[in-house]
Amino acid sequence: MSEPNERQSVTVTIVNPQGLHARPADMFVKLAGRFQAEIQIVKDNQQVDGKSILSLLTLAAEQGSELTISATGPDASQAMLALAELVEAGFDDAHDGQLATES
Amino acid sequence: MKFADFICNEAIRPKLNADEKSAVIRELVEALAESGEVNRSDTDAIFSAIMKREELGSTGIGRGVAVPHTKHASVKKPVGTVGVSADGIDFNSLDGGHVQLFFLLISPPDRPGDHLRALENISRQLQDDMFCKFLKQSKTAKDISQLLEEADNNQFVS
Repeated sequence: MSEPNERQSVTVTIVNPQGLHARPADMFVKLAGRFQAEIQIVKDNQQVDGKSILSLLTLAAEQGSELTISATGPDASQAMLALAELVEAGFDDAHDGQLATES
Repeated sequence: MKFADFICNEAIRPKLNADEKSAVIRELVEALAESGEVNRSDTDAIFSAIMKREELGSTGIGRGVAVPHTKHASVKKPVGTVGVSADGIDFNSLDGGHVQLFFLLISPPDRPGDHLRALENISRQLQDDMFCKFLKQSKTAKDISQLLEEADNNQFVS
């Protein structure tokens, strides 16, 4: 068993072709906001607040980018797992692809 | 990517006439058409695509800022403009606040990386309180284009 306040982290890959654009960032922040845990995202040498859309967008994370999600706080494990799942599911971003080809 | 790479200075609107969401988007898309950045015949389609994107979730991302955007084949590189509304406009923002600063962006559908880099630039600069404050106080398109140039020269972000 890990201590409740120990920092935990997991590395995930951006799989959706459009990358971490505005709507996925919005989805990420909304999900992160449901947890008390403090959440940080690291890409290469850049570390940002996982609960701020503006911060996430500064990562310009394209398809194939690796992000490390780290969380600390009472519900850190749950937060980390939920967020990792969202990223690995491609943010349910198929709809965005449709918009792009329609227009 | 810098502002100079995608913001069309001729399309900057320091005093938006519009007072509601769809009218702001219409005004900024028209501004890009007037400056020749997008085809006049594509403006309706671009306007509709941006509105459709807003239905999925407002791009009013808080702090009085919105980044309405879409991907459209009318452009070969990201093209954008800036609008300021001194009074602020109800944009269904994520934080519920009115929006004074608008960065409207149109990106080509086949270049997702360029779209991300344009968003990165906008977001990075908007995190600076002084940059936002000066933009909101801008009176002329010239003031805004100068601010963007200063931002490009890293005069705001530490």
